[in-house]
Amino acid sequence: MLARYALRFGVLGYLAFLLLVPVGMIFYRTFEHGFWPAWHAVTTPAARHALWLTILIAAITVACNTVFGVALAHWLVRGRSRGRGLVNAIIDLPLALSPVVVGLSLVFLYGTGGWFGGLADHGIKILFALPAMVLATIFVTIPFVVREVVPVLREIGTEQEQAAETLGASGFQVFRRVTLPAIRWGVAYGVVLTLARAIGEFGAVSVVSGRIEGQTQTMTLFVSAQYENFDYVGAYAAAVVLALIAFAAVVVMKVFRPKEGAGY
Amino acid sequence: MGITVVEVSKHFNGHVALEDVSLSIASGSLTALLGPSGSGKSTLLRVIAGLEKPDSGQVLIEDLDVTNQPARQRGIGFVFQHYAAFKHMTVWDNVAFGLKIRRRKRGEIRERVAELLQLVQLEPFAKRYPAQLSGGQRQRMALARALAVDPRVLLLDEPFGALDARVRKELRAWLRRLHDQTHVTTIIVTHDQEEAMEVADQIALLHEGRIEQVGSPRDLYDQPANEFVMGFVGPVNKIGDTLVRPSHVEVALEPGAGDEAMVERIVHLGFEVRVELVRHDGTHISAQLTSDEAEQLELERGRIVYIRTSRERIFQ
Repeated sequence: MLARYALRFGVLGYLAFLLLVPVGMIFYRTFEHGFWPAWHAVTTPAARHALWLTILIAAITVACNTVFGVALAHWLVRGRSRGRGLVNAIIDLPLALSPVVVGLSLVFLYGTGGWFGGLADHGIKILFALPAMVLATIFVTIPFVVREVVPVLREIGTEQEQAAETLGASGFQVFRRVTLPAIRWGVAYGVVLTLARAIGEFGAVSVVSGRIEGQTQTMTLFVSAQYENFDYVGAYAAAVVLALIAFAAVVVMKVFRPKEGAGY
Repeated sequence: MGITVVEVSKHFNGHVALEDVSLSIASGSLTALLGPSGSGKSTLLRVIAGLEKPDSGQVLIEDLDVTNQPARQRGIGFVFQHYAAFKHMTVWDNVAFGLKIRRRKRGEIRERVAELLQLVQLEPFAKRYPAQLSGGQRQRMALARALAVDPRVLLLDEPFGALDARVRKELRAWLRRLHDQTHVTTIIVTHDQEEAMEVADQIALLHEGRIEQVGSPRDLYDQPANEFVMGFVGPVNKIGDTLVRPSHVEVALEPGAGDEAMVERIVHLGFEVRVELVRHDGTHISAQLTSDEAEQLELERGRIVYIRTSRERIFQ
């Protein structure tokens, strides 16, 4: 009995101290002087641009990694070619690599003297501009959709797909009408994780962006910049906006996701 | 011919699944592919369906060579052991799937689906999802789905294997009635000889990737081609090289021309009684009698009786 209470308090205390208190603190600090100072802090031109840039990068990243992630998962589970094991291992690389390393590798690749450094001479600006920021974000979020979809694809097996095939469906029809609906909640979960990671990305984007206010400053970079400039309300308020976006994504998914075992 | 299989072989990673198999199936008939697990019967069905590609040989459906055609072009209906229901679709949408793929008109789809749901007695369940159906209902839905597109042949892979014994028997009888109404050329894969005998016009018995015998249920039972066939389609006693069915072992109380044996065990199976006997050289033999016969003989454990066998078979 005592052990059970100890466990419960231990777990809840851990969560409260490490999760709720810091997040709560940000909310408290943001609205310490009322709603309007916070509102004004996140509606300055620089803040609005940073939010827009974050949403743009997240949208491109989610779109790319969803399509690519589903295709890759399908290949890993249903494909027959060799090398799937190796690819499977490589996919997790972004989770293991520090985002700063990711950012630096892009700098080496696209910077002066890099393999693709010549692109800048032809007027194609990658580094310290949107393309590099998107590339960095895509890099660090590659595993999420793949990792969510692979186990679902394994679990549903191939019988439904074969049944659709015997009923006359082409490969694409089988995928669209049978496979995709069957994996949709895995995809949705992967999208939410990708989105959350993309809007929160700091390290890799920080290295490749150049951190130019009003141009290559995302919301996380904005938070960092305001903090360094002693604009604490601005930093906290922007952090709250980020938290709300991530929170909204999770809530939307939980609301639309059917209850387990409710006949699908 | 409904379906013709010509010298088909198939290997999986060096393991032989089918070895030079040839088989002809008449249009409108119901054929069972019978055999123990690993005999290649499901592989043969999947080769006919186009879900597996044979290493060599040909498959013809209604005299058309379909060996290189993908499954979706073969005009087949396939029913899987574990239903393969589309879980995210209602019963209605499951049955309509093939028709939608074929871009039939809405009115036509509605009519055809209604007709099929009636045929498989699932009209009240049209709006349910597969998870809300029993196993037997799911399999009936899968059958309706396969029949909806008017397949040239219907292929059933152990369709009742996942169901309990009572439902299995009901569906078996129902399938036979359905076949007599629709006359679609049908192949059913099963490991259950009773099921094969009950539903099929013709049985092909497979063993280790080869066809041992093809014939009517009666042919296989009364004229088995070899020892394996005889043993697979019914109970058998083996005395040296001689094989005899328990139903052809006659039991008498008078010495007559029979051998002496002692009753060891009596097993009551309802209408029939199986009597297990020991002969005085220590060999065991079982006899099958009706329960009336057993009662008249007043058989009991330890009793000495005299047995005579008929229709023995010896295979070289």
